[in-house]
Amino acid sequence: MWRWLHPYAKPEVVYHLLGRWLPWVAGAAALILGGGLVWGILFAPADYQQGDSYRIIFIHVPAAMFSMSVYVGLAITALIGRVWQLKMADWALAAIAPVGAVFTFIALFTGAVWGKPMWGTWWEWDARLTSQLILLFLYIGVLALYHAFSDNRTGAKAAGILALVGVINIPIIRYSVEWWNTLHQGATLTVFERPPMANSMLFPLLTCILGFAFLAAALIFHRMRNEILRQELHRPWVKAELGETSKQTEAV
Amino acid sequence: MQFDSWQAVIEMGGYGFYVWLSFGVSFLAIGVLAVQGLRARTKLERAFKQEQHRQQRLARRHREVS
Repeated sequence: MWRWLHPYAKPEVVYHLLGRWLPWVAGAAALILGGGLVWGILFAPADYQQGDSYRIIFIHVPAAMFSMSVYVGLAITALIGRVWQLKMADWALAAIAPVGAVFTFIALFTGAVWGKPMWGTWWEWDARLTSQLILLFLYIGVLALYHAFSDNRTGAKAAGILALVGVINIPIIRYSVEWWNTLHQGATLTVFERPPMANSMLFPLLTCILGFAFLAAALIFHRMRNEILRQELHRPWVKAELGETSKQTEAV
Repeated sequence: MQFDSWQAVIEMGGYGFYVWLSFGVSFLAIGVLAVQGLRARTKLERAFKQEQHRQQRLARRHREVS
């Protein structure tokens, strides 16, 4: 297995692989998320209690779900970076964290805007909302630490450790609605039970969730390519990749 | 479609402000993230070109001296 994996630890190979996937993943994200949103906003029926305000769910739930799954991915990457000292796992921290931070921001913002007409308040210091806010701070902290040191490896180490410690927040967010009395409702989607939602609402929601998965992948792939390039800017393969000027330099 | 007119789409049964604010800001946030990534790429390419020019200049000077 290690022999098979070995070539994929080369930045050059990963850079090209991501470059080949990126257009397809980005295209799928635009198509599926666009379709899911149009379906949800224009064609799904209105909710019998919340009217049309519930349509915020089509962005709120996917963003909230992936704000957490992206964090789990970040923590796994940090673990790989710490345990196996894989430099590309370190670099991936810088690619993943901004995407997770933006998803967390979207979840918080749309939640607040949805809360105003439904709960009568933009914000409440309740368990779910507070733990989600802490998630945003964790993402920002990881990013800040990553870029805080002139030595990139030290920064990645510090950021990785924060990412690993912060993973405790994920089950807290997940179960906050069960452990404490909160304003926030319980999980909309669970793995083992049939969701208490009509198919006409459920299917566009699932489409949006799938679209968000592709969106997350596309954004992370693009940022990972940037980070690889930034780290390897002085390597020969980058010359072949970025400039024709390399021929002249070699001729000298 | 669930709505009779585009006017109704905008109004969202009275929740238009909240619904469109949510989608608008979300779209904007993702857009900023994507554009920032694209600009970082352009900046990297520019840094690479500058480095190339610098190396060529150094090589030329080296030739002139020797």
